[in-house]
Amino acid sequence: MKRIAGLLLVAACVCGIAHAQSGLLINGAGATFPNPIYTKWFDEYHKAHGNIEINYASVGSGAGIKQVTDGTVDFGASDGPMNDEQMKAYQDKYGFGIQHFPTVLGAVVPTYNLPGVNTSLNFTPEALAGIFLGKITKWNDPAIAGANTGVNLPAADIVVVHRAEGSGTTYVWTDYLSKISDEWKTRVGKGGSVNWPAGIGAKGNEGVTGVVKEQPNSIGYVELIYAVQNKIFYGAVKNSAGVFVKADLAGVSAAAAGAAKNMPQDYRVSITDAPGKSAYPIASFTWLLIPKKIQDAGKRDALKGFLKWMLTDGQNYAETLSYAKLPKEVVAKEMNTIETIH
Amino acid sequence: MTARLRFRKLVSAVMLSLTGVCAFVAVSVLFFILGYLAFHGGRSLNWDFFTKLPTPVGEAGGGMANAIVGSAKLLLLASLVGVPIGFFGGIYLAEFGRRGAGFVVRYAADLLNGVPSIVIGIFAYALLVLPLKHFSTMAGAFALGVMMIPITLRSTEEFLRSVPRSLREGAMALGASKWRTIVTVIVPAAYRGILTAILLALARVAGETAPLLFTAFNNRFWSPGWRQPTASLPVMIFTYAVAPYDDWHRQAWAAGLVLLGLVLVVNIIARLVLARGISVPRA
Amino acid sequence: MATTSTTVPGAGPRASSRSFLSRLRDGDEIARLLTFLFAATVVLITATLVYQLWVDSVLPRHKFGWKFLVTEVWDPVFDQFGALPFIFGTVVTSAVALLIAVPLGIGAAIFLAELAPRRVSDALTFFIDLLAAVPSVIYGLLGVFILVPLMREVIQPFLRATLGFLPIFSGPGYGVSFLTAGIVLAVMVIPFIISVSREVLMSVPRDVREAALALGATRWESTWKVVVPFARPGIFGSIFLALARALGETMAVTMVIGNTPKIAASLFAPGYSIAAVIANEFTEATGDLYLQSLVELGLVLFLLTFILNGLARLLILLTERRGSGAYA
Repeated sequence: MKRIAGLLLVAACVCGIAHAQSGLLINGAGATFPNPIYTKWFDEYHKAHGNIEINYASVGSGAGIKQVTDGTVDFGASDGPMNDEQMKAYQDKYGFGIQHFPTVLGAVVPTYNLPGVNTSLNFTPEALAGIFLGKITKWNDPAIAGANTGVNLPAADIVVVHRAEGSGTTYVWTDYLSKISDEWKTRVGKGGSVNWPAGIGAKGNEGVTGVVKEQPNSIGYVELIYAVQNKIFYGAVKNSAGVFVKADLAGVSAAAAGAAKNMPQDYRVSITDAPGKSAYPIASFTWLLIPKKIQDAGKRDALKGFLKWMLTDGQNYAETLSYAKLPKEVVAKEMNTIETIH
Repeated sequence: MTARLRFRKLVSAVMLSLTGVCAFVAVSVLFFILGYLAFHGGRSLNWDFFTKLPTPVGEAGGGMANAIVGSAKLLLLASLVGVPIGFFGGIYLAEFGRRGAGFVVRYAADLLNGVPSIVIGIFAYALLVLPLKHFSTMAGAFALGVMMIPITLRSTEEFLRSVPRSLREGAMALGASKWRTIVTVIVPAAYRGILTAILLALARVAGETAPLLFTAFNNRFWSPGWRQPTASLPVMIFTYAVAPYDDWHRQAWAAGLVLLGLVLVVNIIARLVLARGISVPRA
Repeated sequence: MATTSTTVPGAGPRASSRSFLSRLRDGDEIARLLTFLFAATVVLITATLVYQLWVDSVLPRHKFGWKFLVTEVWDPVFDQFGALPFIFGTVVTSAVALLIAVPLGIGAAIFLAELAPRRVSDALTFFIDLLAAVPSVIYGLLGVFILVPLMREVIQPFLRATLGFLPIFSGPGYGVSFLTAGIVLAVMVIPFIISVSREVLMSVPRDVREAALALGATRWESTWKVVVPFARPGIFGSIFLALARALGETMAVTMVIGNTPKIAASLFAPGYSIAAVIANEFTEATGDLYLQSLVELGLVLFLLTFILNGLARLLILLTERRGSGAYA
């Protein structure tokens, strides 16, 4: 027993030495969708500022909100803004509020696998709501066929694929469906995890991508980058101006343009179903959730420093990783908001 | 009659060979797992794996040095929680508490042993993470330590009881007090068995993932001290396996091989070397 | 030592004959107290755990009552929570696991206890015990990368083609399913069944076996009709232990079950289990009712395994009694 205890002690000493030189560790948790760019940012920032380590766990948007409210992490991250109830709960618990900081923009796309159909399909909002409500069950339903003249759609059953766990992607998707379908709004609602009327669940964007890839006649929704990386088909969606738009970074930026001009002070804004001819309708900001008051001065300065870097140099990493940059107006506004963190 | 006997003999032979097939299948599963992990993990294992930190998402390279150290720290602290409670509690059960109190302790330990590991995770989260406002090595180790307690406790009791009565009586006849007898005669006589049991308990919790998910959490960097979230091998395997990046899958295999290797080596040492001639109880 | 013959078996020389003071002076009382404190900690921890689970699940218990157990809806948006799909998934996957593991495990145990030479038997048992030590996340890893694709492309299409007329083998297959989770669980619990069953089989007295053989039974008949029934309670005990482990298993199941809170007749359908939903949603459950519903699921799981463990221990005890009774 002594020998083993000794061995373990040596191991503990080794690791004690190993991080004797490490400095400030800041913990964050939340959304999985921006995880690639967040870890890239935190890594680059650590390279530039060796004493600051920002540890980010991509455990889901819901977890980001919950853990920052519980106070177990220094900051949270989410693809869906916190609702009023959650904001109030936070305020009541700590006596100060929590600030949303938009970081980048992303799009959610309807992705499908239809053997024999090798063109990009068009989806009307009614078709998407009908499919995910389980009311449109065949691929050659007039609601789908009407928007795709000339495409020979099979009479096959539609297999709906959705996320199994709570997720920001689901929030954006259901937020959109709630806006364009009253039935969706009353029957299912919007949220990170909902009670799905139809379909099968898969875990994570990658899980949905995987099932759609393998399962003939299926349709799912994933973040744009997953469809692009995995080379699966994704459709264009009719926006509020009546134009079918296929998701790309320009369409996402266009969707954000309107919101950028009238950005509210708390940045909690939904840009799904945004106005404008070129706007892609299922787009969203993703946010960092930072407490308005941080007791630890070292952590506060480090986080503020990081936010400034993220809004300037950091934005340059966005497009290579398939995220849309923040509009200039938003960046300028956020720069001022950073100073209110104390 | 002879035809019937022949038939019965045939049935006997067929059924008995079937049992052999069963045994063969069961054992070959182990070799399949070992072989598959060795093949996939071995290809992905390199020096970087042991010395480097994980890379940002989607970038190739990097290692799991922090997870290896994290697991070691978790196990060290877990044994500090689990071993004393289990060991001394076991002495109490074997030497002092035979009725009333002993029954309650035994019952509690059996209950604890049956608690699914994920539920222990919830417990540690409510007890240590929420009040301290930190995911931490401490909370993770506490969860693992709690899992070690019943195993250590019951095996200590069993091994102490299996010490021959004559030894005990001899010591007492020489005028030694009871606790002296325990310390100088009984525990030394049973120590190999107890040590084996502790090692097996350690090996078992070393592979636990579920109780760490929301106690030790995860960390992409080194975890300083005991009050910060930490990476650990099992959690890294889980995270990397469900992610969509090939390089991460590769590292998940490597981590799986390392973890399995460690667990099996400890098991083999415990069972072959330490416990020669002792039958090891299952936890 | 005529005096010791009157003591409780295994109790050793009685200390109570000496006065409290002399025991205190010798340190016995101190040692007793010290070790008692550690032993009491065990009770304390267990009690706190149960208390914590109970207190932290008060909201759903008040709101849903017993209906929690039989409601099929799991809807975080509208705050409706029911445990039925998870209980269903847990029970179905465990049942599948046992259907596969019990025949295989008992067969192997018979081989090891009755047929194999002692040396071979010990060596194989050693390997099987190692199998029990493989961490569950590794089973999950193998499940995700080997079994899931295999199920999707080979096993499920094959079963659908041959046994598709049965509702349990119908419907589309995605690889992740009740069946997949059940198979992974089966592999995980087989070692438990084998090593406990082997031990109880070996504890069956020799003369029982020899009597059967002497009466003209074949080797299989003496094993199946005499030895196995003799050890039956112990074997059942091992099965219960395996079942308890299968019910509580988290990681391997989460990785292959498909995580869909639906009740389906087909084993090819994706499902969910209690432990898996806790692992997936515990950190991200916003809202007290949601979180506490998950804790209540934990409580349900705890009670399930607790009852099964109790039954298992009782049965194993019964066999041991019978084994030693035959000698007396």
